[in-house]
Amino acid sequence: MKKLLMVLMAVILVVGMVSSGALAKVRIAMVVKNLGNAFFEACRDGGLEAIGLGEDIELIFRGPITPTAEGQIEIIDSLIAQKVEAIAISANDPTALVPIARTAMAAGIKVISFDSGIAEGGRILQLDPSGPEFIGRQQVQIIAEMIGYKGEIAILSATSQATNQNIWIGWMEEELKEPAYKDMKLVATVYGDDLSDKSYREAMGLFKSYPNLKGIISPTTVGVAATGKALEDEGLSGVIELTGLGLPSEMKQYILNGTCKKMALWNPIELGYSATYIAYKLVTGEIKGEVGEVMSVGKMGDITIGEGGTAVMAEPYVFDKSNIEKFAAIY
Amino acid sequence: MLEKVVKKREFILLVSLVSLIVIVGLRSPRFLSIGNFRDIMDDTALLAMVAIGQFMVILIAGIDLSVGAGVALTGMSVALLHQYYPGIPIFVIVLLSILIGFLLGSFNGILVSLLRIPPIIVTLATMGIYRGFVALISGGRWVSAHEMSDAFRNLPRGGFLGVSNLLLVAILCVIIFGIFLKYTRTGREIYAVGGNEIASRYVGINLKKIKYLPFMIAGSIYGLAGLLWVARYASAQSDTAMGFELVVIAACVVGGVSIFGGSGTTLGVVLGVLFLGIINNALTQVKVSPFWQMALQGLIILVAVIVNTVMEKRTQKLVTKRRNL
Amino acid sequence: MNSTRKMPIWRILMQWEVILFFMFVAMIVVNSSLSPYFLDSNNILRTTFNFMEKAIIVLPMMFIIICGDIDISVAGIIALASSFMGLASQHLGVGTPALIFIGLLTGLSVGALNGLIITKIGVPAIAVTLAGFFLFRGIAYAMLGDMAVTTYPESFAYLGQGYIGNTRVPFELVVFIILAIIFGIVLHKTTYGLNLFAIGNNSTAARFFGINVNRIRFFNFALIGLLSGLASVLLTSRIGSTRPNIASGWELEIIVIVVLGGVSIFGGAGNILGVVISIFMVGLARFGMGLINVPGIVMNIVMGFLLLIAVLLPGSLRQLQSKILTKQQQR
Repeated sequence: MKKLLMVLMAVILVVGMVSSGALAKVRIAMVVKNLGNAFFEACRDGGLEAIGLGEDIELIFRGPITPTAEGQIEIIDSLIAQKVEAIAISANDPTALVPIARTAMAAGIKVISFDSGIAEGGRILQLDPSGPEFIGRQQVQIIAEMIGYKGEIAILSATSQATNQNIWIGWMEEELKEPAYKDMKLVATVYGDDLSDKSYREAMGLFKSYPNLKGIISPTTVGVAATGKALEDEGLSGVIELTGLGLPSEMKQYILNGTCKKMALWNPIELGYSATYIAYKLVTGEIKGEVGEVMSVGKMGDITIGEGGTAVMAEPYVFDKSNIEKFAAIY
Repeated sequence: MLEKVVKKREFILLVSLVSLIVIVGLRSPRFLSIGNFRDIMDDTALLAMVAIGQFMVILIAGIDLSVGAGVALTGMSVALLHQYYPGIPIFVIVLLSILIGFLLGSFNGILVSLLRIPPIIVTLATMGIYRGFVALISGGRWVSAHEMSDAFRNLPRGGFLGVSNLLLVAILCVIIFGIFLKYTRTGREIYAVGGNEIASRYVGINLKKIKYLPFMIAGSIYGLAGLLWVARYASAQSDTAMGFELVVIAACVVGGVSIFGGSGTTLGVVLGVLFLGIINNALTQVKVSPFWQMALQGLIILVAVIVNTVMEKRTQKLVTKRRNL
Repeated sequence: MNSTRKMPIWRILMQWEVILFFMFVAMIVVNSSLSPYFLDSNNILRTTFNFMEKAIIVLPMMFIIICGDIDISVAGIIALASSFMGLASQHLGVGTPALIFIGLLTGLSVGALNGLIITKIGVPAIAVTLAGFFLFRGIAYAMLGDMAVTTYPESFAYLGQGYIGNTRVPFELVVFIILAIIFGIVLHKTTYGLNLFAIGNNSTAARFFGINVNRIRFFNFALIGLLSGLASVLLTSRIGSTRPNIASGWELEIIVIVVLGGVSIFGGAGNILGVVISIFMVGLARFGMGLINVPGIVMNIVMGFLLLIAVLLPGSLRQLQSKILTKQQQR
């Protein structure tokens, strides 16, 4: 028995020594909030596009099963062990990931965050798809226009803890304080947890609890699609207006049939592209990552790194009947 | 006398249900509308279907933790088939969903009956395996509304006399399997095996068959449920029905099904399902903060299991007393 | 219990541990050949952070399952304890020792509550802890709402993130090792441990032997509650943040590890060695798969098959053993 063990140990050691060799590729890891989310799949597509521009760049795409901070910590740990060159992450928690991100940076890995950011000190820079203030305010502006600046509105968000959504909702509430919206009232904020069945149920709940509801804002791709279906099923298309942040491919039919006349979103493919591109350029040293620096991000043009290391990619696109077909084919 | 006590459990559940409805109705009259009840029915239909399957598994003193993953896997499978082969007629899709579910459930059933692995372990393993496969076959991508034809998405709706297809299917499931369990020989054998496995073996019941059947049936049901689920919400994702198995088990437990097997009624399960469904529906309307939903669900389950246990003990005491007379 | 009964059980159990050990070695060989980063002592030590909290709960779960019970509310207890700690830290500004106390006390009280309902009222463990699964995490959601708590005192971070002195040995690992030794001794060398096996094998007979079955079962649940509280302290300290979805899915992972470790789900059999090997096997297997970037959800497929194989092998042996015992009891 003992001899067997010793032989096995020897084999392990030899195998371990033999298989360690240098890897020439530049490996960029994209860590998302959780797997199985179409939004992040699109980001991955963008990332794959970006690495196609160089030789020997590999994209490692990872995410936890449940959108938890500890799930992402485990993944970053694994990436540090694999000695990747860069990590671009959309974080489940801005502060929880700081320690592990710092460990990664101390190991020489370039860490940036995109979409949902890590707090300052835990990343070189944060890439916002669009300015959160702009996103929040624009949502209110869209719905207000659709309901004639009068009536009750509700918000159907993702999880109650989602950092992005909460920041945007904060700006929505700010926008609603403007005098132009004095006849509008936010009556409820409910959470669909980014699950289609829960979002659907919450939407149904809104219809019943607030019979005078005029509009719903759903700043999450799962939520806005589920609400669209709920409105359709209940025959309320056009009676209750809907807007939100939706993927054109998912929302195409609701836009065409008037359930959701207008909605916004940035291009997640472009977001993934930019994040990966920037991460790669940080590795090669072409981008330094300092405040004030103007980065030239391939097909996206110039992006400036602002205060606190935050860079804004672009303004959200607004989708309606006129352009939905075109974009639905892309993402 | 004994029968009255047993019936009492369902009666108490019914009374609680009615009082709940009344209380909520007073606070929010809209709750009592026919439209709302129809929504509650539609909403709980999926839960009811799958709960009947789980009920059968619990009856033989088993448990099926792979239900959520099974719903997701069958749903994603048919959604992908439909996406890539839109020519397949809908009724074939329906049959395929049942077939896939049948296979998944049979896998569980064979492991339990032939290989004698405890159900909790088999289904704990298949839960991970099936859900992993959802991600594998879909590559992590969704199948969303625009990839589904109108016929597909309208499948749960249609129906006649104001009763949706989904609700019809659920009602049929409940009736068919309710009758099966109560009035057929195999159904009674299922109760027997759960009640006393050793005795059933001596009586000549084919244990292998009876231990396989509930899993197979549960699988076939949740196969169909998977299709209806993705069609209803117009989306098939990797995390579809995540955690659903625990809600299903909770519905059975609230409905008075003994977790040790051998006792419980279809009516109880239906009431348990309605209870949980009404809570969900009511909470969103009574404007209870959404943050309390999960806690209230847990509280209901806790109260239900305590009440059920107390009642069961009283029945047992009566039974023992009777014997001593 | 007399020692003559121990021998046949021990002999059969030994086989499970041997099989498990071979699986462990095989896992190491496979993983180290798949990735050069696997057999790095730094990496391995660092990856233990990711499963030590679970490991700490695996120990009392072993007691619970050996006794014929089960507890699926443990992750909910973690969430609840973390929420109390978070709110205390944020609103009352308490220091680290107080936080530890709050975490432990919450876990203990909740575990005791479970134990009370199970032993005094007689509700089956799976039913009560199923309710607890929803209730405890539900309360965490209710208390936190849409906030996350990220303000914790600096010294608090040491618990989950710190190392022993200047070494690379994590504090959490040491805590676990100490606990594992204690649990091992209690299980195999004390009357309490013998009683657990007795109760698990035949609780009625145990009661007639004079064992206070309900008191022991109550104590088990209080214990697992306490250790869930401890795990919560360590986990919250490690991620430095409290969100209600913390530790999602952990209860089932923990049970898988226990069962893989040779503890029969029916109760009455189990071994500390098997459980400890199982902890490291599962933890390192996940680490290894992560190094080759296998998505978490696919890892579960491997875990699932592992579980089935591990159960099939000695499963038949166990049944043989039960048959012999049943025949003995019938005489």
